[in-house]
Amino acid sequence: MKGYTHGSGIFAWLAGGRRGFEGYLYLLHRISGLALLLFLMAHVFLTSTRLLGEEVWEAVMATTHHPVLMFAEYLVFAAFVFHALNGLRLVLVELGFAVGKPDRPVYPYKSSLDSQRVLMIVLMIITGVLIALGGFEILKFPG
Amino acid sequence: MRSRNLKFWLLNAICGLIILVFAGMHLASFHLDDMMALVFTNSTEPLAWAQVSARGANLAYAIGYVILLGTALFHGFYGLHTVLTEVWSSKRAVAAVNLLCWLGGLGMFAIGTAAAIYFHVML
Repeated sequence: MKGYTHGSGIFAWLAGGRRGFEGYLYLLHRISGLALLLFLMAHVFLTSTRLLGEEVWEAVMATTHHPVLMFAEYLVFAAFVFHALNGLRLVLVELGFAVGKPDRPVYPYKSSLDSQRVLMIVLMIITGVLIALGGFEILKFPG
Repeated sequence: MRSRNLKFWLLNAICGLIILVFAGMHLASFHLDDMMALVFTNSTEPLAWAQVSARGANLAYAIGYVILLGTALFHGFYGLHTVLTEVWSSKRAVAAVNLLCWLGGLGMFAIGTAAAIYFHVML
């Protein structure tokens, strides 16, 4: 098979190939997942500062109001919303929901992706709406 | 081996759904608190020290935090493991990735759990 195979490693992520748009959602799912894992580790350390008492906690919380960190918080929110809803789509499809009924392979062949696309579009619209709503709340900088 | 992988995958999917619900609630109440206050009128400054202490003193909340932490870490490190073993698939590399993910996951779980327990005991 020509093109990207299992052996292409990380570069195979860049090719949507026959999966089309869903292939790029796969790429975004992985990037958002890795970013969320990094955030989770930072979050564990950051929230552990509550052990150092009220003053330290308030000081740490005050630093999170910096515009750069607020924007980072928004990116985490957006990554979470996308990763969660795209993950829900993947689980539903894996379990056989929204993939359409099996059919005889008559030319022109239909792809199962065509049946799945409705679910993808609906969930991505919800993702976009939630990310926009989160922007209104998180990105209102103090002062 | 295949059946173990399937069990891990299934556990990963279940963890994902748990995170979707509970981390979604966590994110909404902690980071979208103004918006939540429009719906739940008792929503008040969730990151203020008084609120943080009240939650830390609540045993059910501390247990819930530890369970959610474990779920999130398993899901996260399972994902990292999948990505890394796709890129490096030799036997030795897979063994190294396994070790890295288990150590990373258990280490973070130990730190988060210890913080939750000490904070609960302190209050």
